[in-house]
Amino acid sequence: MVAFIVSAIRLGMTFLFGSTGETITEKSGHLNLGIPGVMCVGASCGCFAEYLYLTAAKRSVEPILAVLIPILATLLGGALMGLIYSFLTVTLRCNQNVTGLTLTTFGVGVSDFMIAKTGAIYSKGSKYFTAALPFADDLGWFGKIFFSHGILIYLAIAIALISSFVLSKTRIGLNLRSVGENPATADAAGINVARYRYMATCIGCAIAGLGGLSFVMDYLHGNWEYCIDAIGWLAIALVIFTVWKPNLGIIGSIVFGALYIASSYITGVSFASKELFKMLPYIVTIVVLIFTSIRDKKENQPPQSLGLPYFREER
Amino acid sequence: MDKTAAIELKNITKTFGSVVANKQVSLSVNRGEILSILGENGSGKTTLMNMISGIYFPDEGEIFINGEEAVIASPKDAFQYKIGMIHQHFKLVDVFSATENIVLGLEEKGRYNLKEAEQKVHAICEQYGFELDPHKKIYTMSVSEKQTVEIVKVLYRGADILILDEPTAVLTPIEIRKLFSVLRKMREDGKAIIIITHKLNEVMEISDRVSVLRKGEYIGTVNTAETDEAELTEMMVGKKISLNIHRSEPKNPTPRLEVHHINCSNREGVKMLDDVSFTAQAGEILGIAGIAGSGQRELLEAIAGLQKLDSGAVLYNNPQTGKMDNLCSKTPLQIRELGVRLSFVPEDRLGMGLVGNMDIVDNMMLRSYSKGKSMFLERKAPRDLAEHIIDELEVVTPNANTPVRRLSGGNVQKVLVGREIAAAPTVLMAAYPVRGLDINSSYTIYNLLNEQKENGVAVIFVGEDLDVLLELCDRILVIGSGHVTGVVDARTATKEEIGLLMTKTTVAEKGERS
Repeated sequence: MVAFIVSAIRLGMTFLFGSTGETITEKSGHLNLGIPGVMCVGASCGCFAEYLYLTAAKRSVEPILAVLIPILATLLGGALMGLIYSFLTVTLRCNQNVTGLTLTTFGVGVSDFMIAKTGAIYSKGSKYFTAALPFADDLGWFGKIFFSHGILIYLAIAIALISSFVLSKTRIGLNLRSVGENPATADAAGINVARYRYMATCIGCAIAGLGGLSFVMDYLHGNWEYCIDAIGWLAIALVIFTVWKPNLGIIGSIVFGALYIASSYITGVSFASKELFKMLPYIVTIVVLIFTSIRDKKENQPPQSLGLPYFREER
Repeated sequence: MDKTAAIELKNITKTFGSVVANKQVSLSVNRGEILSILGENGSGKTTLMNMISGIYFPDEGEIFINGEEAVIASPKDAFQYKIGMIHQHFKLVDVFSATENIVLGLEEKGRYNLKEAEQKVHAICEQYGFELDPHKKIYTMSVSEKQTVEIVKVLYRGADILILDEPTAVLTPIEIRKLFSVLRKMREDGKAIIIITHKLNEVMEISDRVSVLRKGEYIGTVNTAETDEAELTEMMVGKKISLNIHRSEPKNPTPRLEVHHINCSNREGVKMLDDVSFTAQAGEILGIAGIAGSGQRELLEAIAGLQKLDSGAVLYNNPQTGKMDNLCSKTPLQIRELGVRLSFVPEDRLGMGLVGNMDIVDNMMLRSYSKGKSMFLERKAPRDLAEHIIDELEVVTPNANTPVRRLSGGNVQKVLVGREIAAAPTVLMAAYPVRGLDINSSYTIYNLLNEQKENGVAVIFVGEDLDVLLELCDRILVIGSGHVTGVVDARTATKEEIGLLMTKTTVAEKGERS
């Protein structure tokens, strides 16, 4: 049971990165369907940076650097994807859905290349990410659940809490939300809509990229053998599940993680029903979507101009 | 009260392409004064105000603020000069609270503190007598509350020159009274207030002085105390201009469409049509005059089956069967098959009538697609019709396969009206069919409508230019705020008469006078 919860948390936190990033992006009015691709690229950049560092450093590996370098590379890769997305949708005014799906296809291709073609071995770096707090083992099941995780798990929670605070309690958050709700109003109030959309998308993608890194290095222990875009789609579903609130995402992501791996912990299920079990998160999301639509509480609806482009001249 | 000019405009001119929106306009507003700007639709009131608030930049002329020349190039500049504009369409974020909307976009120093902002909002409300709950979310607010948020927003930003663009258009009489008492308080506080309106009674009630615009030109400014509604109407509509539109005598008109006491409300529950009754006769053009948004659109849509009625009946005198059909119980398709055609030209021509990305032939087919016999589309007939319309109405287009969106406004209109007429209707309703068209295209449309009238069609023409209405129509129905305020004979009526009926907000007389 403890192993199940620990596993659910570790998988859930990779979703949390993705959903926090996507929430920030969506709050600016960008429906970024490129998140799976962003996570793939994030993982690719981070893992490859780790591989390069470990190869270069040989024996004298600094554990802090072994963690920091991949994280920075991932943030950079994710932000770059966000920059491409923003450039296409804000500056060149492309359709957001098409742009997002293109990025997903691109990202999947990149990660396939990284797994198969570079010959890099990623499992070595994993131990730096999964290093647990030293006193975790002394506290029994409590320590296992709360302190046995690697650094990225805590980072995910911290980022979700900070995002939640920024969105609801600061002037920047207020301005960002107004851009996603009603860009014309934001523009009239003197807010630079394009800048907010660029920033939110780049930051959001950088955070989402960490999800990919976390999945490969932490959850898979570096045994990266298959493409990871599925977690990206779950992250997008999680955004809806948590009604665009990153702090709810912390709990939501653990629920998702638990649902996703539940099949492995229930004995005596066939392969087919295992796959059916994996659908649970999506079904739950649909139920939540129906539920929030019926209740029709405005605060729980997606940002009003989500997916819509904004040009000042058009009326 | 210190009476220095807070803002003064000198010889302001603004053109859009070849259209002159404002020509040599000069006016001034003092501190502690309310100035009304009066004018018909399209007289350039809003353009002028947009130049003060930094949305447009004047081509010629100067603006002085507190006696010093000012350059207002953007809304931010306007804000620096403490000018605040309350637009007709509110710019508010629905899911935010009142306070959040008020502080949105402000770059104040110090920590972001909603509590402090709320107190400041509260103080402003106290000072001027607003009733506003700072926590209330916009989407739960009434129109009047939203307007209050907009006004508090500009006051919060320290504006002392306030411009209100048709603030009373969306309010109920009680809300208007509340607004006016607030405006008076602001006047006492030394603010300069400009209010755009076309309701004469409100002008008389609230303003100290009135400036009148007509077709972009500045007519003059008078002190409210020294004028009356008749003089203002004359300044507003001007003298009659002869247009030489051909008009034949109606041939044995018979009632074709009878509208009986219809009522309808919009989504917000505001009454758009209030007990409207009239008869449209075959072989006659019935004009409908009124300030924009007085219920013209709802009226036509009600007849076409697009608008749900609260009560009342629309009776159609079917010339084939001789029976009366009630259109209210029919779908738009059934109504169309009876021969009622709506050619609607709202703000965007391509909204309800045509599909911009489809070519002329395909647009013809929108009316006839259901008539085909096989499962494939029949393109021959619509193609012939398209060619016919292009020839007959001199539509300027490379060929019949050009997407409608690429044609100019006048040609789009010709295609639309041509298609509606080709279906041989018995009732033709045209709303603003010449809006945005040049003189020649306009006359082509007038001739088309006249032709239909001579063929015994009941034509309903909603127009905004009173000169055209007076020369084209046989009778003119005037509506004001959803009421029928009068029906006049277009051959004998004067512009002033119609102008007064249009601005009348209470029902004084009903029934036909012709």
